[in-house]
Amino acid sequence: MVRTGGRLREKLRWSKLYSFSCVRPSVLLDPEGPHSLQGPGYSRIVHCNQPRLHRKKPLKYPTNYISTTKYNIITFLPKAIFEQFRRVANVYFLLAAILSLTPITPFSAVSMIAPLAFVVGLSMAKEALEDWRRFIQDMKVNSRKVYIHKGEGQFGYKHWQKLRVGDIVKVEKDQFFPADLLLLSSSYEDGICYVETMNLDGETNLKVKRSLEVTLPLDDDMAFKDFTATIRCEDPNPNLYTFVGNFEYERQVYSLDPTQILLRDSKLRNTTFIYGVVIFTGHDSKVMQNATKSPSKRSGIERKMDYIIYILFTLLVLISMISSIGFAVETKYKMPKWWFLQPKNSPDLYDPSKPALSGIFHLITALILYGYLIPISLYVSIEVVKVLQAMFINQDIQMYDDETGNPAQARTSNLNEELGQVDTILSDKTGTLTCNQMDFLKCSIAGVSYGVRSSEVEIAAAKQIASENPNAHGQHISSEVHWEDNGGDFGTSEIEIDAGLSNKREKSRKPVIKGFSFEDDRLMHGNWTREPNAGTILLFFRILALCHTAIPEPNEETGDVTYEAESPDEGAFLVAAREFGFEFCRRTQSSVFIRERYPSGSPVEREFEILNLLEFSSKRKRMSVIVRDETGQILLLCKGADSIIFDRLSKNGRMYEDDTNKHLNEYGEAGLRTLALAYRKLDESEYSSWNTEFLKAKTTIGPDRESQLERVSDMIERDLILVGATAVEDKLQKGVPECIDKLAQAGLKIWVLTGDKMETAINIGFACSLLRQGMKQICITTGNIDLLAQDVKKVAKENISMQITNGTQMVKLEKDPHAAFALIIDGKTLAYALEDDMKHQFLSLAVGCASVICCRVSPKQKAMVTRLVKEGTGKTTLAVGDGANDVGMIQEADIGVGISGVEGMQAVMASDFSIAQFRFLERLLVVHGHWCYKRIAQMICYFFYKNIAFGLTLFYFEAYAAFSGQSVYDDWYMLLFNVILTSLPVISLGVFEQDVSSEICLQFPALYQQGPRNLFFDWYRIVGWMFNGLYSSLIIFFLNVHIVYNQAFRAGGQTADMAAIGTTMFTCIIWAVNMQIALTMSHFTWIQHLFVWGSVSTWYLFLLAYGMSSPLISGNAYQILMEALAPAPIYWASTLLISMTCILPYFAHISFQRSFNPMDHHVIQEIKYYKKDVEDQHMWKRERSRARQETKIGFTARVEANIRQLKGRLQKRKSSLSVHTVS
Amino acid sequence: MSNSSAGPRTANADASAPRRNSKRPKYSKFTQQELPACKPILTPQWVISVFTIIGVIFVPIGIASLFASNKVVEIVDRYDTECIPQNMTNNKIAYIQNDTISKSCVRKLRVPKDMDQPIYVYYQLDNFYQNHRRYVKSRNDAQLRDAKKANETSGCDPEKATANGSPIVPCGLIAWSLFNDTYNFTRGNQPLVVNKTGISWKSDRDHKFGSNVFPKNFQNGTLIGGGSLDPKKPLSEQEDLIVWMRTAALPTFRKLYGKIEVDLKKNDIITVVLENNYNTYSFSGKKKLVLSTTSWLGGKNDFLGIGYLTVGGLCFFLAAVFTVVYFVKPRKLGDTSYLSWNRTGAGR
Repeated sequence: MVRTGGRLREKLRWSKLYSFSCVRPSVLLDPEGPHSLQGPGYSRIVHCNQPRLHRKKPLKYPTNYISTTKYNIITFLPKAIFEQFRRVANVYFLLAAILSLTPITPFSAVSMIAPLAFVVGLSMAKEALEDWRRFIQDMKVNSRKVYIHKGEGQFGYKHWQKLRVGDIVKVEKDQFFPADLLLLSSSYEDGICYVETMNLDGETNLKVKRSLEVTLPLDDDMAFKDFTATIRCEDPNPNLYTFVGNFEYERQVYSLDPTQILLRDSKLRNTTFIYGVVIFTGHDSKVMQNATKSPSKRSGIERKMDYIIYILFTLLVLISMISSIGFAVETKYKMPKWWFLQPKNSPDLYDPSKPALSGIFHLITALILYGYLIPISLYVSIEVVKVLQAMFINQDIQMYDDETGNPAQARTSNLNEELGQVDTILSDKTGTLTCNQMDFLKCSIAGVSYGVRSSEVEIAAAKQIASENPNAHGQHISSEVHWEDNGGDFGTSEIEIDAGLSNKREKSRKPVIKGFSFEDDRLMHGNWTREPNAGTILLFFRILALCHTAIPEPNEETGDVTYEAESPDEGAFLVAAREFGFEFCRRTQSSVFIRERYPSGSPVEREFEILNLLEFSSKRKRMSVIVRDETGQILLLCKGADSIIFDRLSKNGRMYEDDTNKHLNEYGEAGLRTLALAYRKLDESEYSSWNTEFLKAKTTIGPDRESQLERVSDMIERDLILVGATAVEDKLQKGVPECIDKLAQAGLKIWVLTGDKMETAINIGFACSLLRQGMKQICITTGNIDLLAQDVKKVAKENISMQITNGTQMVKLEKDPHAAFALIIDGKTLAYALEDDMKHQFLSLAVGCASVICCRVSPKQKAMVTRLVKEGTGKTTLAVGDGANDVGMIQEADIGVGISGVEGMQAVMASDFSIAQFRFLERLLVVHGHWCYKRIAQMICYFFYKNIAFGLTLFYFEAYAAFSGQSVYDDWYMLLFNVILTSLPVISLGVFEQDVSSEICLQFPALYQQGPRNLFFDWYRIVGWMFNGLYSSLIIFFLNVHIVYNQAFRAGGQTADMAAIGTTMFTCIIWAVNMQIALTMSHFTWIQHLFVWGSVSTWYLFLLAYGMSSPLISGNAYQILMEALAPAPIYWASTLLISMTCILPYFAHISFQRSFNPMDHHVIQEIKYYKKDVEDQHMWKRERSRARQETKIGFTARVEANIRQLKGRLQKRKSSLSVHTVS
Repeated sequence: MSNSSAGPRTANADASAPRRNSKRPKYSKFTQQELPACKPILTPQWVISVFTIIGVIFVPIGIASLFASNKVVEIVDRYDTECIPQNMTNNKIAYIQNDTISKSCVRKLRVPKDMDQPIYVYYQLDNFYQNHRRYVKSRNDAQLRDAKKANETSGCDPEKATANGSPIVPCGLIAWSLFNDTYNFTRGNQPLVVNKTGISWKSDRDHKFGSNVFPKNFQNGTLIGGGSLDPKKPLSEQEDLIVWMRTAALPTFRKLYGKIEVDLKKNDIITVVLENNYNTYSFSGKKKLVLSTTSWLGGKNDFLGIGYLTVGGLCFFLAAVFTVVYFVKPRKLGDTSYLSWNRTGAGR
């Protein structure tokens, strides 16, 4: 055995293996000749190996230093301050603070400036911290090391950031490319290399890049001693899949295309090293050009809050105007008569001879005085509440992932409540929904289905059924299903789903071997030889072991073989073949060696000569190898999409077609990825005649080479004989189907945006139950457009427009309420569909479909789709992804969620929330989102209520005080009102309130809809709260004024002065707002009790303490509680009367609402309160299963669809039966 | 070479192993939001009993308040219009500002009901804005309290100092505009003594107005402003000033003038000889003399009682409405048919 590993592979001429893409055209020059690169957009010149030339203008390009920070040390202060004062409210507070320095202020300056400084300082500190984190992240990247040519053939390490355009770099296996490079040569003789572009487009299969032939000799360090060349190419642009440029080397000009370009942030795989020359550095590189600027996001509630602020601001200006006009009038007409004010001696502010001027001054005073309508403390409290909510999200132990050790993290706290209002989830596929691991799970050979394990989808569906079992309705159906089964008329999937699985899933699934979770004793351990169709099974295994492009990589220590396959499912096949006893162990230039193990005897190593390899492409949807086995027999082994293979079967090859087809449908339904396997025996003459034609096609020059090859391949790939089919499970992340099901039941729409192939995407759609059998798929592609047409773009657009219109029609005309549509669109088509004139058409179709899957989309397109959904529907979008290619989408969506899994941190860095697994999304949205939404909504409503109730009393008093700007309350009361006396209860409402517990949130996903429907922050409710505030203010002021009028207010005979009335009023306010919040809360822990009742006691304690302080501080409030108010019964009497009167309407309202129009959470609270869920478990289960939104996706919907279908068939059967009996 | 890139990664993985546990959130009922909580529910029983209880509490309070208010006997006499000589009714300001004209005036009041002592004597001013911002701020508490701080007149504009710059004690507009009408009562031939001590707040006398602070440079009786102060009496004993300095909240207010510590009988005629000094004519304010007894609740004011009765009645009414409605259209608590999915789910 030769164990040469990598060395061996390097000697392989890959061009032999890869018949299509790697075959080098025999001429050096592109048929169209070098591009004439002139004009704007094509001005870049790169002098290879002469980075010195790029130090001066005009060839001075940016360095490879990247920075994603918003600020630097110098710009931080001005920029961050500017950012802060873009908030209208902050500008208002700033103005108020500045004005408070002048004598026109009604309050002291400190009380205005300190809170503003606090708020602005806090926000700026947060910004600074976030930017610092970004800086650290950048520095990590910038200081990565790269092996670079330092001159004279000497290479050495340098930081990435020092890299310049024109530098020659050597990148080794599994390293990232530091910049956009031109591939010069690789460890492979023919200059190819494998690249993983996970970070760019999320695709996990490796891409082949190849260098120009002319640079192939540059394959060791010394070769670069005297190497110079010039590249003229396009300017930096964000397009990942195009590149236009010329390479001038030794007075020849060669044209360059994207296959020679290695992009920054992609990774070198399966190749020991490459040499490349730097073309684009730093921010010029395509990946950085793709980066969208991270936007600052605000939640919908906050945006709506702005409108409320505007309303309140209008109100504020209005009452200030009234005040100032009133003041001007009073000053002009009445004040001259008020000798006690010495009007002749007045400063400008009170000068009766200049009423207009004093009016204007007074306007400012009033604006500050009534500023309580728009309290700065609102912003402080909301910030505090959100930070605490974020802490709860971070601390949630149920969102902690043991495997990766990552807890959930709220990276920006200001979107918490938005989590409760999400309407559409846009999800990445690889790494988010799937683990990017394929497991060989089932197969169908010779019409017999093997493999007893169930897919995750089946398990999830079985669980669903089991949980709904007590439902009599469901039981009825399932018994019918059993009856049907006994009839033997239907496939096994229903049986499994209904009955068998519940037992099977008890067995723990422990995939011992990565990529292989097949379990069936009929095939394992060599038992297959005893099966009736052993011959076909043998063939099946051989196809698995032979028909691929993978390379075995023997592990030197253990002797095991691992496979470097282009796609994970190919790897799964090889692992499966190995486990079945057909180990692919060696590949040479022309042969594949299989070590076959039979139950009897020792392993035999067989050689199969590979004659031709007809490669897979998304157009062909199949691949074949032509091999000659040891007996000289020539075989064509083919695997491909079932529809394609079935079309190509020979007459006598259709023996198993029906059974296989049935199995394929079952597998598809179970969310598995299927391929059909077939073969054909060729005789020597047939092959050789075909081979000559193939060789001819291969050497064709020109654009029709591809189609020639395709035509020739097509000739041989027919008259196949079907062997069977494979079913591979694209391993979903843990809990994904359940999570999607729950999210769908919560009324969320889920779109999948993936960079993967359409087939893969569709398979995953099935696996996640986003697609199911019987769903009408609307595929929109540009596939069948004649590319030779004159105006490709126009034709394509018309075509797509037509497809969209057809689809829309179809959706519109559908009568069946259960019919579901799925829209599947690929990236190329999407490029057209996203253009301005078509996007709304596209969106309306997409909205009409139950699930939408976009495949082969670029990062930018992901972001564009997200924007389209966000702006087109006006609803809240959430994007979830794990890779760098999802960054655009994450930033664009209203909420970006990053999966902090194994891949890079870019997605997490760009995200607003990060979770370790997709399944945590359910808890994040349904529990935390729901809570946070309600908390914030109630908190803001209450806040406005509270400040209206308080602020307006100031205004009413003005009418009694000649609009002079005097406040009835002591300055200290007002200062403390928002800061101490009412802040903690409202914060506790915003942090701790729970309408229902987290389990119930999860059990009743329909409750989530209260968020997207915005039931708690609609204008009706906001205005209601505002009126409640208005009512309270009226009651508090006027009742007090009339109760504590001019008569003696206590037994001692003294009348109440301003301090006494003000304090009484304030006491009423404190009681009213705190009782109001107690009524608003539905969840009292000791914390709420402490805060609410503590606030009330604090007020009395404060009054006591304030009264005991020196009269120089307390003024007329000196000893007010002890001496005047506490002994006066009228003080307590009015407190009781007024605070009760204030909350009476609200109390009546909520009593009425709960009694006659209860909301869902009210009823559930009651059920819980009376422990009915324990007494009547049947009811509880029934309600839980009903509590979901109408949805057409998720496995529950799938199960229901199945049941409906069966019922329908049953109906038919019965009617036909009855017809029979009658006749 | 490939090892070099793999090296840091494995090192990283190793390092992260202990970190994993530290990243795991600590369990506590608080952080998991599972603190025990009481979750009260507004059941119909609760609603009806709350309304009933409020009613049951409020109505008696209302009745008691009304009762107390009704017990209070109050005599109100507006004298500013009556005390002007006939020939000067059209020129009231000239009358009040002319200090050569005698301001004495005699009023006769009939006691409508028995009045038990103490009987409080108030003056009531109308349309007088003691709550004007310019007025309220025009004082200096430090100066009032401490003899050493006579020079502290900040805030007292425009009554800080005399023309020659010496500080006024007490400074400011409030003190300057001190009310200076006086009342003398006689019943039959018997003078009724008005006790003018103890009419102010005790804390004011003891702590806010210094016992060693004497009026200085205060105005002396010119009728431009208010009254004058006896420069020999410390501020803490100038109770009229102390009462006056407690600015009223509303433009209509009463302030305590003194106490008559004799019972008055029904139909007693009381003669009041008053000095009508204070100028309310400029701003067409009213002046009233008020004699009133008090109850445990204070003076005469039906509003509190009416308020309690109204709210209490309303609560009874609501309790009744809810009771009726519960009988007519009862909803079982936790009735699942009220859940939105059961109400809208037409298919089920």
